[in-house]
Amino acid sequence: MPQEINKKMRSRAREMLASGEVTQVLAWEAGEFPNYPAPAFFKDETACGRILYDRFCTANLSKFMIEATRQTGRTLVFLRPCDTYALAQLIKENQINREKAYIIGIGCEGNVAVNEGEERGLLESCRVCVKTDYPVCDELIGTENNSRTVVTGSERFEGVTRVEETDTSARYDFWQVLLSRCIRCNACRNICPTCHCKVCILEGENPLEKQFFHIIRAYHQNGRCTDCGQCARVCPQGIPLQLLNRKLIKEYKPVEVQP
Amino acid sequence: MRVNVVAFCCNWCSYAGADLAGTSRLVYPSNVKIIRVPCSCRVDEAFILRAFARGADGVIVCGCHIGDCHYATGNYHTRQRMESLFGLLAFMGMERERLRLEWISASEGAKFADTMAEFTAQVEKLGKNERYTGDCIKATDAEAAEGI
Amino acid sequence: MRIGVFVCHCGNNIKATVDAAYITERLRDDSSVVCSAEFPYLCAEGGQKLITEAIAEHNLTGVVICACSPRMHETTFRKAAAKAGLNPYRLEIANIREQCAWVHKNKEEATEKALSLAKAAIAKIKLSQPLFPGESRVTKRALVIGGGIAGIQAALDIAEAGFPVDLVEKSPSIGGKMAQLDKTFPTLDCSACILTPKMVDVASHEKINLHTYSEVEKVEGFVGSFTVTIRKKARSVDMTKCTGCGDCLAACPVKGKENRKAIYIPYAQAVPNVPAIDRESCLYFKNGKCKRCEKACQPKAIDFTQEDERITEGYGAIIAATGFEAIRLDAFGEYGYHANKDVITSLEFERIINASGPTGGKLVRPSDGSVPARISFIQCVGSRDATARGKPYCSKVCCMYTAKHAISAKEKHPEIDVEVFYIDVRTPGKNFEEFYRRAVEVYGVRYIKGQVGKVIGENGSLRIQAMDMLENGRYDAVTDLVVLAAAIEPSDSAKKVAQMLSSPIDANGFLSEAHPKLRPVESATAGIFLCGMCNGPKDIPETVAQASAAACKVIGLLVKDQLTTNPCTAKTDENNCSGCGLCAEVCPYGAVGVISHSTAVNAALCQGCGGCTVACPSGAMNLQGFSRAQIIAEVDALCG
Repeated sequence: MPQEINKKMRSRAREMLASGEVTQVLAWEAGEFPNYPAPAFFKDETACGRILYDRFCTANLSKFMIEATRQTGRTLVFLRPCDTYALAQLIKENQINREKAYIIGIGCEGNVAVNEGEERGLLESCRVCVKTDYPVCDELIGTENNSRTVVTGSERFEGVTRVEETDTSARYDFWQVLLSRCIRCNACRNICPTCHCKVCILEGENPLEKQFFHIIRAYHQNGRCTDCGQCARVCPQGIPLQLLNRKLIKEYKPVEVQP
Repeated sequence: MRVNVVAFCCNWCSYAGADLAGTSRLVYPSNVKIIRVPCSCRVDEAFILRAFARGADGVIVCGCHIGDCHYATGNYHTRQRMESLFGLLAFMGMERERLRLEWISASEGAKFADTMAEFTAQVEKLGKNERYTGDCIKATDAEAAEGI
Repeated sequence: MRIGVFVCHCGNNIKATVDAAYITERLRDDSSVVCSAEFPYLCAEGGQKLITEAIAEHNLTGVVICACSPRMHETTFRKAAAKAGLNPYRLEIANIREQCAWVHKNKEEATEKALSLAKAAIAKIKLSQPLFPGESRVTKRALVIGGGIAGIQAALDIAEAGFPVDLVEKSPSIGGKMAQLDKTFPTLDCSACILTPKMVDVASHEKINLHTYSEVEKVEGFVGSFTVTIRKKARSVDMTKCTGCGDCLAACPVKGKENRKAIYIPYAQAVPNVPAIDRESCLYFKNGKCKRCEKACQPKAIDFTQEDERITEGYGAIIAATGFEAIRLDAFGEYGYHANKDVITSLEFERIINASGPTGGKLVRPSDGSVPARISFIQCVGSRDATARGKPYCSKVCCMYTAKHAISAKEKHPEIDVEVFYIDVRTPGKNFEEFYRRAVEVYGVRYIKGQVGKVIGENGSLRIQAMDMLENGRYDAVTDLVVLAAAIEPSDSAKKVAQMLSSPIDANGFLSEAHPKLRPVESATAGIFLCGMCNGPKDIPETVAQASAAACKVIGLLVKDQLTTNPCTAKTDENNCSGCGLCAEVCPYGAVGVISHSTAVNAALCQGCGGCTVACPSGAMNLQGFSRAQIIAEVDALCG
């Protein structure tokens, strides 16, 4: 399935570059490591031959559009459902010049986790994903088979409830062990689509600040996080950061201006 | 060791309620220290985390009753934010009873005193806080140095 | 920084519990504190003198007062500071009386706490900035949107105070719903008789500009300097030439909407007394024929070429008085409103009994023109209704107007049997209870506590099936005329107007007041005021009171030459702001605007709540007087 979509992506990209409708294309290409494709810009039709779409294409492309739509010319970008949610949020937050973006929604069956170049089953965030639609897009490719939700209903937050069901001290210990591993590499912040502040209020090196960094960062995403799971995926220390965001998502209630 | 309780009170309702408790000479524990804010919606998560990091054992946020906010919609935001924040902190192992959100009007001096007494007793039962203590948010120290 | 600390004894109020001398001494440990003194009563003249002299003597750049609540004397001490040449916002108060000395018994603990509170105030003042209230101009002209009794009263009050006021009304005449009423409760005054003098006053007042058949299209600006575009719809009649003779009405062959001609004056006492052509039913506008009105008009006032006109004007304040409508009854099929001509609404009943109405005041059934032998009034149609089709609130005026209708019916035809189906009878106003009791005891109106399940047409009459709760049984009877007290809701234009004014509306669509108890006629948005039904169900006396109150607020604003704005406002650091707009979403006043990848706070609108500051993830937004660093410094001082 991804192979067919890949073919269509390449041909559509070539078409749009040739006609001048766009000046560059944002998608993935094979990376340095096996099964680890990287986001890339493609500026001419020949380059489009390198466009790669497979089940290892996990990195969000939406965040690159902030800078891309500031440049002259239009960018064609291929977005999976979760990525269109992220882009929609960025548009809402005035970070994207919508006219400079041409968005093609692409079909997604869920991404696969990779460890040392080998497949390790569906990514946790894909396992519980219910996003099969494209809140913002101009066109669709290969979206007929998007339903692959494995887990539905309240089971989707099973990871969160498992932690909730332990007692307070156990929870504290659980997070102390995990957060002590944090090296403040900031990868989670850098990959997060809704983390786009010019200057991060949490810059700094204080030792216990690692804990506050994650509490505050998760909290800043309250109501904005699109549950893409990238933060946990990119953490080099394997901290399940998405649990914090999902806890907030699970209980999120918009502000009700009513008694 | 005595527990420290920090209370954030909004100028128009709960701070005035605290003043009324004073005018009425009602007694409540001196562990409670009040910080005045224009609206309960001014209370940032950073303030609460900083309080615990600096030695507070309990934090209570007080505002106007729902529907009565001096700034029309401020306390609706407070309600949503504090519910999310307290839930997140509890999730991370902070004892939920160390955090409280209370609506106290300017005429509720007795409620203010009673709430402070009750909350302080609750925190005393839990004892001194040893979670999420220590320095944090260095960026604001830098701000402090620049006098912003 | 050079800080002066002043510790008040407040006689014995503080001194008895808090060791003032100890605190005064200990605070000197802070190297920024260059002077620390105690005094019996700082608020007294002697105390003020101590402070002002110290500011001069020690070149103080900040002052901390340890005394009673800032809610008592913050203004007093700020004025003293200003007098001595220190910016008044370089002064902070530690509340060691109401929130310390008066609420704790243990002297040691109270003293330690007072010291802590003082240190927090010092920490806060170290991070303070001099703040300067802004000034914005005031255009001395008011706009009133809505020409019912609320708008009329407000306009008259403002004009009488000497200020020019524009009154905009969307229908061809002012008067609103009150002009359609026959009599008003509980006095049974003739509505038109008490209203028309006011309408004439409005038309003739030199300070009032009347724009009828007009609507507000756009509102820009903020308190003191609004810019509003008004669309004056084309009447097709030249108002300067028309004499109100009515020849055109007689000549018109068309029966348009609501049984009136295509060229019409809404009612006999209309102000202005100038007709308008309803272009949707006029034969000329539909297919180019007729023009009989033009031929009949001697002053040659008919002008088929007339077009909508737009005017733009500046105002210092705006009053919303957009009134109400009765809800549509489509979802209330059980009462048979659409199926039966003899099931009517209360307003329609009002028009029937009104001498200037469609039947000339004869109380007759719409179906056959006969006098009904029995009239049944059904209360709370759509009010006090928790389901989606109705309104959760009580519409307030219906119990009284139904009693009025019942009495009117009995006055016209004493032999008519009148019954009222009710849930409760609500008579809170002056002389209201007495009025209702008259209906029951003097006029013999039957009140049945129970809800009506169904109204069905039956052989030219109507059958009612209801519950009688006091008799504890079903009620099943035949009647000739059913009158439904339909719930009240804000007028169709209310939402549009509210949005144009950035004025919040509540869950029921009524324009919200700034504070339910203490600011009932102001909107949360500065410079916008509300009165009448647009803000919630109310009767005529309450409406008139609100209208005058709103006018009073407007006059208080317009007498000023400049508006002083609150200096403790939010402020964006544009270097750090990414323009995400999360701050703007939170602001109750629409004071934050997103402009080209940054935000800007309108200091004239900002009330300083700080909600935006907390919504901002980057910290680019901050609140002057209660900045992030300041509050964190207070937290550090209190917990350390």
